[in-house]
Amino acid sequence: MIARHWLNRLFISGICLLAMIALVPLFSVLFYVISHGASSLSLEFFSSLPAPVGEIGGGIGHAILGSVVLISMCSLISIPLGLGMGILLSEYSQKPVSRVLGVVVELLSSIPSIVVGLFAYALVVRPFKGFSAHAGAIALSMIMIPLVARTTEEMLKLVPRSVREAGLALGLPKARVIVSIVLKGSLRSLTVGVILAVARIAGETAPLLFTAFASQHWFQGLSEPLASIPVQIYTYAVSPYEDWHAKAWGGALILILMVLGLNLLIRIFLPRRKDG
Amino acid sequence: MMTPSPVLLEVNGLKAFVESTEILHGIDLGVSRQEVVAFIGPSGCGKSTFLRCLNRLHEETPGGRAEGRVTLEGQDLYASGTDPVQIRRRIGMVFQKPNPFPSMSIFENVASGLRLNRIAKGVELEARVEAALREAALWNEVKDKLDASGMSLSGGQQQRLCIARALAVKPPVLLMDEPTSALDPVSTAKIEELVIQLKKETTILMVTHNMQQAARISDRTAFFLYGDLVEYGPTTKVFTTPSDRRTEEYITGRFG
Repeated sequence: MIARHWLNRLFISGICLLAMIALVPLFSVLFYVISHGASSLSLEFFSSLPAPVGEIGGGIGHAILGSVVLISMCSLISIPLGLGMGILLSEYSQKPVSRVLGVVVELLSSIPSIVVGLFAYALVVRPFKGFSAHAGAIALSMIMIPLVARTTEEMLKLVPRSVREAGLALGLPKARVIVSIVLKGSLRSLTVGVILAVARIAGETAPLLFTAFASQHWFQGLSEPLASIPVQIYTYAVSPYEDWHAKAWGGALILILMVLGLNLLIRIFLPRRKDG
Repeated sequence: MMTPSPVLLEVNGLKAFVESTEILHGIDLGVSRQEVVAFIGPSGCGKSTFLRCLNRLHEETPGGRAEGRVTLEGQDLYASGTDPVQIRRRIGMVFQKPNPFPSMSIFENVASGLRLNRIAKGVELEARVEAALREAALWNEVKDKLDASGMSLSGGQQQRLCIARALAVKPPVLLMDEPTSALDPVSTAKIEELVIQLKKETTILMVTHNMQQAARISDRTAFFLYGDLVEYGPTTKVFTTPSDRRTEEYITGRFG
């Protein structure tokens, strides 16, 4: 009895220790970014264009707007396509097309993001002779589509088969069962999946370097280069100037706050129902 | 000048497969109107598969396939032009574990078949939902909380909700796959009572592992063993003077 009791305690302490070790990097990143970036944050930082080197002030408003534009475009492409693929993968998994698609999604999601960027460069930037928001959105979509497809597939597979069978046994066509019962019942988890995918692509840098590239101006049109927070951070961080470094930290803090905000949104607006 | 045939559902040479394994080896059986037929037999003998072949749900299981002839009021369910969706509107099903739609309220659950198939709406829909809940002996327990989630009910109530859901589309045949095996004795008694009531309008085919239940509520009993129909006849005869030695051994609990 006594030995078992102590063994139990030992294991619990061990697990707690491991959990704390895992939390160290997370909190140190948060702490570091906040302590370096907080001083850059001001209304001007959010709302104005970058100031020339040496001048005080300026901001990354154009990059924030650019990120919002890119994420919106990418979502418009990726959410319908990803949901469609996820439904095909989960509900029609016996069909040959679904098996092929499963492999394709698997491969797509394992392509390094820099390769995705190069691919979009060859596919869009070269033929149209210039960096553009279009190219950036397409590159980001190549990352987001498989993400959405995978989470959709997994969420839909959580719906027990007995529920689908109940629908079929009522004489509902399969498509009706999928839309009115399976999808409707998974609305919450699908939304969570999509928001997490958005949070993921919000921080992608590599696919944007050769596609949307960077810009020192406000949004100029979808066929023009477009600034984004991650690329702006990159530009500032690799520069030799002290005040640009500080702005890179500021940008990083905004990015983290955005992703954190999305996660909070999920928790506040989509609380888990007790009965479901 | 033809009187309606007393045989409502007729099965000839029904074979069922999963991948290449044959689960049912050619079943022949007829069911008359307003009868309760109990299907008994050890686990894995094909009773549930048989039931699922009658509303063509077996083919929805991965690798599932069936061949043979099943006719409902003269219509061959396995003819090439027959739409399984249409069949399932005439042959309802209640499953072993209660499976209300988790995202729907009590009302929506019962209304689902009528609403999603666009059979009824508005006042008529409400009336038919109430009628189905009354038939399933659940109305008095849920009439004040029709908007509550179907999952908030107890197990026995959930099963009656599923029965109401199946009854709302008024199927002439109702398949019940061990509907009481997950329930306590009180809920079981309620559902048995219900089956006897429903018999007036609906033909019921019910798989059960409970011998007493089969004896109490069924008019005919079918005994399945290893994918074959061993014996099929009036319940009193099957239980008192079975013609096959294996039936007797099973009923008296010597195996299975």
